[in-house]
Amino acid sequence: MSTNGRRPLLEVEELVVRYPISRSFVGSHARRPQRTVHAVDGVTLTVEGGELLALVGESGCGKTTTAQAVLRLVDTEAGSIRFEGRDITGLGARELRPIRRRMQLVYQDPYESLDPRLRVRATVEEPLLVHGLGGSKADREERVREALVKAELSPPELFLDRYPHELSGGQRQRVAIAAGLVLEPRLLVADEPVSMLDVSVRAGILGLLEGLKRQGLGILMITHDLSTAARFADRIAVMYLGRIVEEGPADEIVENAQHPYTRALLSVVPRRDPRDRRQPQILQGETPDAIAIPPGCRFHPRCPLVIEDCKAIDPSLERPAAARTPGHRAACIRV
Amino acid sequence: MSSLLEIQDLHVWFDLEDGGELHAVKGVDLLLDPGERLGLVGESGCGKTTTALAVMGLLPPSASVSGRILLDGKEILAGGVETIRPHRWVDLAIVFQGAMNALNPVQTVGSQIVEAIELHGLGKGLEARNQTGALLESVGIPAKRAERFPHELSGGMRQRAAIAMALSCNPKVLIADEPTTALDVMVQAQILELLDALCRDFGLALILVTHDLPVVAQVCDRGAVMYAGEIVERGSVETLYHTPRHPYTRLLFEATPDLGDTGEVVSIPGAPPRLDRPIAGCPFQPRCDRAFEPCPTIHPGLKMVGDGHAAACHLNDVPAVTSL
Repeated sequence: MSTNGRRPLLEVEELVVRYPISRSFVGSHARRPQRTVHAVDGVTLTVEGGELLALVGESGCGKTTTAQAVLRLVDTEAGSIRFEGRDITGLGARELRPIRRRMQLVYQDPYESLDPRLRVRATVEEPLLVHGLGGSKADREERVREALVKAELSPPELFLDRYPHELSGGQRQRVAIAAGLVLEPRLLVADEPVSMLDVSVRAGILGLLEGLKRQGLGILMITHDLSTAARFADRIAVMYLGRIVEEGPADEIVENAQHPYTRALLSVVPRRDPRDRRQPQILQGETPDAIAIPPGCRFHPRCPLVIEDCKAIDPSLERPAAARTPGHRAACIRV
Repeated sequence: MSSLLEIQDLHVWFDLEDGGELHAVKGVDLLLDPGERLGLVGESGCGKTTTALAVMGLLPPSASVSGRILLDGKEILAGGVETIRPHRWVDLAIVFQGAMNALNPVQTVGSQIVEAIELHGLGKGLEARNQTGALLESVGIPAKRAERFPHELSGGMRQRAAIAMALSCNPKVLIADEPTTALDVMVQAQILELLDALCRDFGLALILVTHDLPVVAQVCDRGAVMYAGEIVERGSVETLYHTPRHPYTRLLFEATPDLGDTGEVVSIPGAPPRLDRPIAGCPFQPRCDRAFEPCPTIHPGLKMVGDGHAAACHLNDVPAVTSL
């Protein structure tokens, strides 16, 4: 909910995404029922214009599937996705096209997302051609230059005629971002945008996203790195096994986490200062398979605070007693 | 106490297809004491993995190596790979980032370790199988899972199996090259805890090769920071964080976000130099925020700047400079 009565840029409600598991030869002949993985199992989130929401979690938690569903790259089983106030959940390919332009994806790996045979000019111009935008050749050139400047590749003349192999990893990621910005989107979905880059250039890309956000872009960033989320996100949502288990303003989540999973995750993040070594609260085992989601609270088999009720009650996201800000919610009956 | 492993003036060159040469490691000196945990840190292409592979004698034929590597005071590099081979796995072992690559996908985890034990004559048949069970238990894998194939194990369990295999001949030194980079943070914590326990309980010495400074800060006693094939600073992990004497070390920490400090995170402009051509002066000079007159022309050597603390920076020769 937006404070000024406007609807948020992106509203996802009770999103469910399932993937079928391929049956074995015997299974399909015996007509055993098709089994499914609940990759996303009831996710609700919002992203405002000018806001960066970090969706954090371990592999398999459903954060990337959530992002793909928002972009309508995978089908949703239930729930709704509203973008700029319009329900886009059931739209067909033709109706989606003008909407897709305004929500752009930044991929993880700038070494794979760019076509090695295309110069920077052609890479950034291509989305305009695909969407039939940009008018004359001269107009398109102008928009390409503007997009490069926005991605902090300036002066653009220095980059327009280069091939990806002539660029550093950080520059490649900026070109990929420019190719999204050229369509003047309102929402960027960035899936691990810096995890393939060297530490010394990561801050530059994250700073760029921060600057774009300040200019009004909404950003949904998928990351496994809580330190990055803590520094660059306005809000953090922590996912576990297809659900958001805790969300709130970034400072609040880092300093006052309530859900035992968030607390454990925070405790194992290595710190820069060796004197800041703390006793990590290491959870044993690994995240269970989303094929066999535990009953009750899905975190209960690994939870240090588990009580009998946790095995039966599936907790909803509610304001914890110790919350210090209104936007803080956690899905745990013990807090 | 004499050092367990001593690397002196190690150089590695790779022949390039165009006839040129890439000088990947340029005069690396390192000491490792028994039971010590050393972090070898740097960004991609800095030579940290090449250094590790040179110590193991696992470089490809296109590489040439010079320098001295002493194990328990005895030179093992003199005859090239041939003189290192008897020590590989027996005294020196390595685990890599992708544990899947270290394990044979069509053989059970247990039989691979049994094979390693039998090959090195450390046990046969039932004895080797019992040793394997004990080894797997020591890395946190239930012995009954010895019958599993690598693909039946999770990423974390596979990395544990690779560590068990590396330890099958009781080495004194374990080199771990980005052992947790592909793993989730909780599984990373489990593996780091395991490496810590192996050092503590068995007196294993560890060289942790990684790009991740906070991991080194949490796990290691000492760290060595590499840049463009050279060690630019080394010292205790506390010293490197609190009183760095090379701008690169300081800037790397400043570029790393930290949960406890939401202050500014700053990237380092520019990119590392190419290593297939000679470099004049300090290799970090074009990216350095403190470069001054000697830096573009005079190469700074690694000099002692404190107790067990060395840095390769001209600023340390300027009397007025007390900190960076």
